[in-house]
Amino acid sequence: MVTTTAQRLADDISPKRATATRRLLAFFKSEFLATLGIVLVLVMGITGIFAEWIAPYNPRANDFAAMMEAPGWAHPLGTDQFGRDLLSRIIYGARTAMIVGLSSALVGGTCGLVLGVGSAYFGGRTDLILQRIFDVLMAFPLIILALAVVAIFGTGVENVIIAITIPLIPRCARVVRSSALAIRELPYVDAARALGFGHLRIILVHMVPNVMAPFLIMVTAFVGQAILAEASLSYLGLGVQEPVPAWGLMLQGGAEEFATSAPWIAIFPGLAIVLSVLGINLIGDALRDHLDPKLRKR
Amino acid sequence: MYRYICKRILLVIPTLLGAAALVFVLMRLIPGDVCVVRLGSSGGTFDPKAIALCHAELGMERPLIVQFMDFVWGIVRLDFGTSMWSGNPVTTEIWARLPISVEIAILATVIAIAIAIPLGAVSAIKQNTWIDILVRLFAVAGTATPSFWLGLVSLLIVLNFTSAVFGAPWMPPIEYVPIWQDPIRNLSMALLPAVTVGYRYAAVSMRMTRSAMLEVMQEDYIRTARAKGLINKLIINRHALKNALLPVVTLLGIEFAFLIGGLVVTEQVFNLNGVGRLFVQAVQNQDYTLTQALVMLTVIIFVISNLVVDLLYAWLDPRIRYS
Repeated sequence: MVTTTAQRLADDISPKRATATRRLLAFFKSEFLATLGIVLVLVMGITGIFAEWIAPYNPRANDFAAMMEAPGWAHPLGTDQFGRDLLSRIIYGARTAMIVGLSSALVGGTCGLVLGVGSAYFGGRTDLILQRIFDVLMAFPLIILALAVVAIFGTGVENVIIAITIPLIPRCARVVRSSALAIRELPYVDAARALGFGHLRIILVHMVPNVMAPFLIMVTAFVGQAILAEASLSYLGLGVQEPVPAWGLMLQGGAEEFATSAPWIAIFPGLAIVLSVLGINLIGDALRDHLDPKLRKR
Repeated sequence: MYRYICKRILLVIPTLLGAAALVFVLMRLIPGDVCVVRLGSSGGTFDPKAIALCHAELGMERPLIVQFMDFVWGIVRLDFGTSMWSGNPVTTEIWARLPISVEIAILATVIAIAIAIPLGAVSAIKQNTWIDILVRLFAVAGTATPSFWLGLVSLLIVLNFTSAVFGAPWMPPIEYVPIWQDPIRNLSMALLPAVTVGYRYAAVSMRMTRSAMLEVMQEDYIRTARAKGLINKLIINRHALKNALLPVVTLLGIEFAFLIGGLVVTEQVFNLNGVGRLFVQAVQNQDYTLTQALVMLTVIIFVISNLVVDLLYAWLDPRIRYS
């Protein structure tokens, strides 16, 4: 009885706090998959940013006395064929994945956003030419175009980012253009034109903010796609190069060679890829459900 | 309908020409001289005469436009020149490795359809139940799992399982035997890579089937079917699923391109001598003639699969051909 009264009093004193907590709990309960996604991405983000403080060992340091050690107290996820601590390499690998994933998605998405909105705004010949260019670029599967770009510019983190960014541009531009086409016809765009605003101002200030919903959904999906593409390229030996710790790279060589004697070398880096991309995709799904009015009720 | 088919087929030509131009330009963006890279790969020094000979062999002393026209004419005749690495005609190299890749692609598509459509439909019908959550999680995990890792893990499971049960580890064979010669050996080689590649394909199609089913279930004709007392099984099979499959058909075509991408990596895991592995070897060996031929081949397959999907879609949905 006393507790109940005390609780009621506490609720009366801080109604806002109680509502916010309740709302948060209700959100977590109703959006279980989105919550799971947020948790996974937060873990990935924090480990990537604070890798120096979190990683128990130097990810590049070989320890020939501890080669292919099974998971245990000293090395929670075991060691690879060079005695490098897998947990530390996975933690630093999160940073590489974040750098490649975020920069490819943001640069590719932003270029696609400007080109897509510009294509819809100007229409006519500009739109026709840009659409044909996008058609051509879209005819290349992501990994194939990325491989072709790597064949020309070579391997390494910067080149991998370029290789993944290029195929993402037309994919974003195409989606953004279809939303921008509808916005172009709205009266406020005509009003802005009548007021004598420049093309750049109309595009950036009046049109871009209104296509943010599909843009955000696309960019979120791109982060996951970029991480997967980077992992694939690195696994093939055509992406990030040693000694930079990268998840795909960790699955190359030793992971296959010692699959039966040291399966942890193959299992944990792959799990890191799956969980991080899963988290991003779950957030993307929740974002789509929230921003798309058709899906909001379901 | 014929007008739509003609229009759609004609649209393929500029896309393919544009793709050919892009591949042509990309291969000429290579820093330095292709011949220097080619001759330098063997190490040591090389004299200018050898470089001039290489230029003449590749036809590089001719004007760019002539080289491009020659490249396009080669594509039309399916003659991509000779491999800089092996010296064999590119078509021979590709032809020898094509059957295994085609077989895995077909098997993966069959597996994907067999998993995606029933699970996607069940997930939509049982919306917001634990079945729905499980299916959605399975689908999202499919889009998040790299095919090469799934391949590695499945190999690991097979190795450990066979050594535990039979006492000796068993690995899928890596040498291609046509299915009509030895079906068991053929399938034991192709099934695991097909499942590995097909999982992502199935996951994406499953998500599409689910959302299409959810949308169709809200339609007026479903309400009408319910109102006239039709049993649920008939409503789902005859009215809902049939209409929900339209967008799934489109997606299957688009995802075919990802399947090709998936093959590039998966063939590496299973040591299969397919076209995907040839692609990686071409890039690793800086074999530009082979790389440009394989990129062009992928684009042609992608454009044709999209064309087939569009035509199929127009045939399935009368609203498209009459619009």
